[in-house]
Amino acid sequence: MNLKVIGAALIAFLTFAVTPSYANEATDPRATTGGAQTLEDILARQQGLEVDNTFRRQNQGNPDNAQPTSGALGSLGGISDADIYRGIRFSDVDIKVSNKGPAAEILVQDGGMSWLLTRENQIRQYAAYGLGGILVALTAFYFIRGRMTIEGGPSGETIERFKNFERFGHWCLAGSFIMLSITGLILLFGRAVIIPIFGHQVNGALANFSIWVHNNIAWVFMFSLVAIFLMWVKHNIPNKLDWEWLKMGGGIVGSGHPHAKKFNAGQKIIFWMTILLGASVSLSGLSLLFPFELPMFAKTFGIMNSVLGTAFPTDLLAHEEMQYAHLWHAIVAITMMIAILAHIYIGSVGMEGAFDAMGSGQVDLEWARQHHDLWVEEEQAKAAASSGGTQTVSQAGK
Amino acid sequence: MKTMFFAFAMTIVVSFGAYFVLSNMGLSSAETQSAPSVRLD
Repeated sequence: MNLKVIGAALIAFLTFAVTPSYANEATDPRATTGGAQTLEDILARQQGLEVDNTFRRQNQGNPDNAQPTSGALGSLGGISDADIYRGIRFSDVDIKVSNKGPAAEILVQDGGMSWLLTRENQIRQYAAYGLGGILVALTAFYFIRGRMTIEGGPSGETIERFKNFERFGHWCLAGSFIMLSITGLILLFGRAVIIPIFGHQVNGALANFSIWVHNNIAWVFMFSLVAIFLMWVKHNIPNKLDWEWLKMGGGIVGSGHPHAKKFNAGQKIIFWMTILLGASVSLSGLSLLFPFELPMFAKTFGIMNSVLGTAFPTDLLAHEEMQYAHLWHAIVAITMMIAILAHIYIGSVGMEGAFDAMGSGQVDLEWARQHHDLWVEEEQAKAAASSGGTQTVSQAGK
Repeated sequence: MKTMFFAFAMTIVVSFGAYFVLSNMGLSSAETQSAPSVRLD
């Protein structure tokens, strides 16, 4: 009898002891999902059947089961969310993005506000003052001084001032610069001037047109800038004649006209200003045309700091490079516009006979003698040496 | 004046040429800044 009882107890013990966990499915239907809802639960809910949600309602997590801070799904440890957001704001956190390019990893760049405010305030203000000021000054100069005429009147004879390829290069540069100026000003002043007057739609269309023109016509400007430099650099080397020309104010101070070769000191100033500022605006423009590909300000600032002892920042974010390029582009371009407006004035309404130099290429001989006397002598000497002067000087109208 | 107008015409031609050349070279900001998984068209 005792042996039978002990045998039954042993069988019962072994039965419970070796039964696998899946054998509990009969009592716990969610054992295989680790406590989560099963397919049956989902199907029952879809069929509108009542499902006991107790198993979910009571599942509020267990801090004791949390991963250690060193684990892949561990908590932040000693770093709070605020710390991480500060790291994002100051671009001092390791960010992984699927996008390409250095800019994609910069989620917040608070330096952008100073760029925006500088562009909206100082750049616009100084541009308006500068361009408005030069227009007022030139208008005043015109009414006070009047148009500079050819003393004694035109001679009736002309001399070739610029050849076709020279004028072609000049007008490519001039035409592209004027279009770049107009479209650049539309982009700069669109929000401040065009939107309040004409509305967002007009500004949107104009801005779209302007940026297309600006981006593509820039190549003509750069190519013709190089061409102009190669064509005229040898005539624009400064010499002592320029100092005399400047002392006489180009003929405004005192009596008579100062001596000059092909280009006088005033024209040389315009030439070098165009070349140097044009090269600078082209470089910053290329940096803007190929965003983040041609950063140049950190290196430039580094050189300036070592040479001049300045303290410009040399550790610039990708966006900051673009912002500096954008501001510098506007500053140089506006400076060029102011100077070129004076150049346009003196080459058109400001001086009798000046436009012919770039219009037809033939200028009045007397005009040329008054403003470029040494150049006339050189040309006549060359013509006399080659063909007796008939190719260089001709009667007007022939 | 012919030279001036010819230069202006050439400026327009070169601008369109620059646009088509650069567009076909895949140098737009959208193309250079996007990952291969981004559909731009």
